Amino acid sequence: MSGTSMTTRAWLLMLPLLAVMIAVIGWPLADTVGLSFTDAKLVGTAGNFVGIDNYVKTLTSSSFQRTLTTTTIFAVISVFAEMILGVLAALLLNQQFYGRTVLRALMILPWALPTVVNATLWRLIYNPEYGALNAALTQIGMLDAYRSWLGEPGTALASLIIADCWKNFPLVALIALAALQAVPRDITAASLVDGAGPFARFRFVILPYLAGPLIVALVLRTIEAFKVFDIIWVMTRGGPANSTRTLSILVYQEAFSFQRAGSGASLALIVTLLVAVLAAVYAMLVRRTAGSTA
Amino acid sequence: MERKSFLFSFFLHACALLLAVIILAPVLWLFVMSISPAADLTAKPLVWWPQSVDFSRYATLLSSVENSAGAAFVASLTNSILVAGMATIAALALAIPAAWAVSRAPSVGWSLYMVIATYMLPPVALAVPLYFGLAHLGLLNSVFGLALVYLTILAPFTTWLMKSGFDAIPREIEAAAMMDGAGLFATLRIITLPLAAPVMATSALFAFLLAWDEFFYALLFTSDLRAKTLTVAIADLAGGRVSDYGLIATAGVLAALPPVVIGLVMQRALISGLTSGGVKG
Repeated sequence: MSGTSMTTRAWLLMLPLLAVMIAVIGWPLADTVGLSFTDAKLVGTAGNFVGIDNYVKTLTSSSFQRTLTTTTIFAVISVFAEMILGVLAALLLNQQFYGRTVLRALMILPWALPTVVNATLWRLIYNPEYGALNAALTQIGMLDAYRSWLGEPGTALASLIIADCWKNFPLVALIALAALQAVPRDITAASLVDGAGPFARFRFVILPYLAGPLIVALVLRTIEAFKVFDIIWVMTRGGPANSTRTLSILVYQEAFSFQRAGSGASLALIVTLLVAVLAAVYAMLVRRTAGSTA
Repeated sequence: MERKSFLFSFFLHACALLLAVIILAPVLWLFVMSISPAADLTAKPLVWWPQSVDFSRYATLLSSVENSAGAAFVASLTNSILVAGMATIAALALAIPAAWAVSRAPSVGWSLYMVIATYMLPPVALAVPLYFGLAHLGLLNSVFGLALVYLTILAPFTTWLMKSGFDAIPREIEAAAMMDGAGLFATLRIITLPLAAPVMATSALFAFLLAWDEFFYALLFTSDLRAKTLTVAIADLAGGRVSDYGLIATAGVLAALPPVVIGLVMQRALISGLTSGGVKG
């Protein structure tokens, strides 16, 4: 088969996917860009062209700046904690102990639990009047009076981060464990003979095997954490006093609760751009690691 | 092998126990809430294990008496299965030819990378036009409309997984079949697709789980029992004025059951899918 006919055939086979993607992603995205320069409402008028007004208003508004900070805090802390806990759990699961097979299998549980179910579960655990956390802490004497974990601005974000970490660190652990199992036994044995201590062994023998898969996990988790909506919507809806409001929640409120489609669109595109910049930085990181380990 | 002292072994088992408790405690509590009498769940001090287990909420939610909590739950369960099933089948139908084409003719690969890059898009960037578009087509509050929207998530993801699956099948096998006179589609049907069956199964499971889990679009584009999915129904329960926390927990257990069973049974395949898609992609 000649090269050209193969390429033509390949394009034909790609066509259905590309057509559908243009219809459900390409066109809406272009439309969002168009909307972002108008003062369109969700219902009623098509809106007038207002230039970059929406962008200027959004970028200078204190609510956007505060929301960006909240999102960054949420993403950085939860992803960082998930990475550390994930690697620690993977190192543990790679050791010999009774019940290892069962524990490895159980790690899939938090990952498999739907996000909304996870959010609902933790909302019940944090319940200010009847929640299990209040009950447990009071019964072991660590807490004098029941607290409203999700109802106080000081604890709401931290409580959300814990719920998010619980769901996501096992996935990092499973990815890291798969990478650990790919470390050849004779290499670790050789490093032992050479007298490498446990930390040197981790840094120089094991970490190079982990770096690739972990960076991929880091990229995917950071992008998801930056876009976070579900868990926050179900647990706090961005409250109390907007202390847990992330960018996606803000866009939702602007475009759908306040029905300001135009300014909601500009905000959504700013979020998209931020995520794209993040991804580009990571892509450079991945290329550098791939270059150094190859 | 490293010699393990008794102390080290003790330390390992203590850590393993801690990890097991961290993983299991919240899940077990969800289940215990679902079988505890309502009074136990609002008692102070809290009753951690019910005197008498009560499975009646499962019967309540799975009954189809009209206008009951059960009817609403069963309707949303049906909608979730329909939407996730339709979106999965459509995504695979689009992904398989495209993934094979990219795998065998890398010169068209850039278009696939553009499709995969859409993973970065926050759904909010598409939500408003999709809302207008669905309204225009009369597909708001419809399982078909929601399944169509879910292709934005499922199709790029399954194409990505399927491509790494096809990459692992040597071209030489296909070439040999064609040499023996089989046409392209016969070759695909007899040789390639059977070899790719495990990857197809993994992709289908992932796609189904993604759709089952989806909340944002479902929240926006559905409004009543005709299309509301489980995730929205549960969020309604959790955010509403339901006085029986056990009922919320029961709905959670039932919604979690399919993905948890799939996860436990298919663990090996899911993880190899995650790592191969993640590392080679």
